[in-house]
Amino acid sequence: MSENFETAIRSMCEGVGNDKARMMDIVREVQETFGCVSDDAMDLIADQVRTPRVEVESVVTFYAFLSKKQNGTVVFRLCDDIIDRMFGFERLKHAITEELGIDIGETTADGRFSLETTPCIGMCDQAPALMINDEIFTEVSRDTLLDYVEQLKAGITPERLRRRLGDGNNSNPLVSAAVSNNIRTRGEVIFAPLECGRALKKALSMSPNEVIRDIKTARLRGRGGAGFPTGMKWDFTRAARGERKFVICNADEGEPGTFKDRVILTERPELLIEGMAIAGYAIGAQEGIIYLRGEYAYLRPFLEDMLQKARNTGMLGKAIFGKQGFDFDIRIQMGAGAYVCGEETALISSCEGLRGDPKNRPPFPAQKGYHGYPTSVNNVETFCCVARILDQGAGWFSQIGSKGSTGTKLLSISGDCRRPGVYEVPFGIKLCEVLEMAGGNGAVAVQIGGPSGQMVGPKDYNRTICYDDLATGGAMMVFGPNRNLLEVVHYFMEFFVEESCGYCTPCRVGNALLKDRLERIMEGKGEPADLDYLEDLGVTVKSTSRCGLGQTSPNPILSTLKNFRPLYEQLVHEDQPFQATFDIQKALGEAKSIAGRPSMHFAE
Amino acid sequence: MSENTITFEIDGVEVQGAPGQTIMQAADAAGIYIPRLCAFEGLPPHGSCRICTVKVNGRFQSSCTQPVAEGIIVENDTEEILEFRRNLVDMLFVEGNHFCMFCEKSGNCELQALAYRLGITAPKYPFMFPANRTVDASHKDIFIDHNRCILCARCIRASRDLDGKNVFQFVGRGPEKHIAVNARARLVDTEVDVTDKAVEVCPVGAILRKHVGYAIPVGKRKYDHAPIGSDIEAQKH
Repeated sequence: MSENFETAIRSMCEGVGNDKARMMDIVREVQETFGCVSDDAMDLIADQVRTPRVEVESVVTFYAFLSKKQNGTVVFRLCDDIIDRMFGFERLKHAITEELGIDIGETTADGRFSLETTPCIGMCDQAPALMINDEIFTEVSRDTLLDYVEQLKAGITPERLRRRLGDGNNSNPLVSAAVSNNIRTRGEVIFAPLECGRALKKALSMSPNEVIRDIKTARLRGRGGAGFPTGMKWDFTRAARGERKFVICNADEGEPGTFKDRVILTERPELLIEGMAIAGYAIGAQEGIIYLRGEYAYLRPFLEDMLQKARNTGMLGKAIFGKQGFDFDIRIQMGAGAYVCGEETALISSCEGLRGDPKNRPPFPAQKGYHGYPTSVNNVETFCCVARILDQGAGWFSQIGSKGSTGTKLLSISGDCRRPGVYEVPFGIKLCEVLEMAGGNGAVAVQIGGPSGQMVGPKDYNRTICYDDLATGGAMMVFGPNRNLLEVVHYFMEFFVEESCGYCTPCRVGNALLKDRLERIMEGKGEPADLDYLEDLGVTVKSTSRCGLGQTSPNPILSTLKNFRPLYEQLVHEDQPFQATFDIQKALGEAKSIAGRPSMHFAE
Repeated sequence: MSENTITFEIDGVEVQGAPGQTIMQAADAAGIYIPRLCAFEGLPPHGSCRICTVKVNGRFQSSCTQPVAEGIIVENDTEEILEFRRNLVDMLFVEGNHFCMFCEKSGNCELQALAYRLGITAPKYPFMFPANRTVDASHKDIFIDHNRCILCARCIRASRDLDGKNVFQFVGRGPEKHIAVNARARLVDTEVDVTDKAVEVCPVGAILRKHVGYAIPVGKRKYDHAPIGSDIEAQKH
């Protein structure tokens, strides 16, 4: 171990005050600088922040973007979600594995390039997409990808690769991303023009309880998908006793097929910051955290700049807008590739520098959240709604949408439709109207709310998008007549197996069993009884899992068994011949090689 | 009756609890056994095995973490919940490589005893036969056999909270998740000692003492005569 290495690691720890609760920042910086968090690095970090070494390893091995193994200087991460698979993932994978001469998960011998895949990076409307280090590239063709590789081989860094910048703030020098906003319809809440600061000033002229009352009057519900009433959550957090309180923005948009928060963060960060400050005022918090998913690291410099601008104009900092006693500031916490961190208690664990394991509830975050302090975790879009409600009035907001679901909703629409992108629509809109807007006529199935939601067919197209009917955090994946829906379901199950934190039995084991049995059916080896098996197992996982991930992960199977049962029925047959559940020759392989002879009893 | 008593119902039986108690603690005191694997008296609840799942006012909750509340209706010994429990125990069996007939822990193993109590003769799920489970026999008095680990975190909690050592922690995620030791690789390089509580609390044959295997003859082992949970049920007044 070189002295420079040791000095560098120790100074990274010192950079966050040797605070083990900032472990995510430390290991992310080590990973970025050295291409891995090696055994040596873990020893040094543990020593420097005074924590057991295994605690550091526990964090490093949890997140997909961190590795003990040495990565190349340039890491390609091909986005492997179902939409990318439909639009050319295999083509890109084939081209790049051939070009670099390595497989997925490998690094070139010269240590320059690593190749990985990653689940949805929030670019389904412009698939196929990939990350090269922190940079995002979308609608990538085989030729463009090979051109990137050529430039990189010539010594150009990923940030300097020639690319066509996207619209709006994607072209801002601090973003400079080849990402398009694809805003298709602008509603009155999120994308309407905005006078910065007016909502916050209005809030500060009221008492915190009056602010919460307005949010309740507006009947605002959480935009992440679960739909918990925001005003009630704030009430609990305000009422809870704690020396400090926290507001956390969940910008860990990881549900495959969802990308609307990406567009808000790019085009409406002022609205978000204002909403968070209003939340801080309402619940009595001085500190806010934006938990930004690792995939959106490209937005970080821009967001930091927006936060700084907000400080400069008095929207953040001490005595905000001259209001004595109200101090509030926001820091950004980066994630590192873990879907489960979108679950609010897992997100809090991650903010605390731990593995992204969800926590036991109760206590709820409103009572004991971040470091044990009362904490309100809300979605990006929810904060934006808050700011608009304060600005335009609760009555105005509650007129939009339907009775139980007020306001507008951002939908992220992708797949087999002519106009993929972000749509701001009033709640209560019919699914068929949305499909019409997006040019998704002829869809045989729509996945509402991402893998954790449900797959519906034409008989449900007259249903409405709202909390009481088709509830959604915003993802809507459209599948045309040529798609194999069971392959979609299979992809979703693969995703959940991969992304389960592994804490509880049903989610860790049950999802893998569900996937295995689905594979058997897809191979034509299933029996009718396998459908009952899937249902029974699915219900067990749903009912006994510890957090929202496991409680929804069987949905792809359960909802297609309900809505698309013939797809399964045509594949299963009575009177299947005897099926070995394992390969005896393979199982005996090691013993045979030790014995130096074939098995006497189980001849090939 | 003190005013701090909380009265609620488990399977139609009135049960008294105290503020701050979990449903499991109150049930134990009342002589009602709720099956469990990760929960262990004296350790903070972990809520991971999910075997203690009960239905509280119609919602499934782990009874080791759910506090008692006045008037709640708890379902414990119902066919719906027993089926979930059998499924969960089945999952733990097929997930690892458990070989009861040769295991030193046989007869004293909580997983095995629970399977017997729930009437499981063979798992209904296919065995996964994981090939990535290793054995660490580096320590002179203790060994870890990951084949038999059920990821209950008792050793993690006991080492941290009772032994004050932090010898164990989880690493990895999802199917890769496993127990690691506070060293680069081997148990012998940690502070663990054979007298540690962390070694004692393992419900299965994953962390075992060397030199004492099969010391108790068949017929005198912990669960040879009375099923797991009998001690709790004996509390019933």
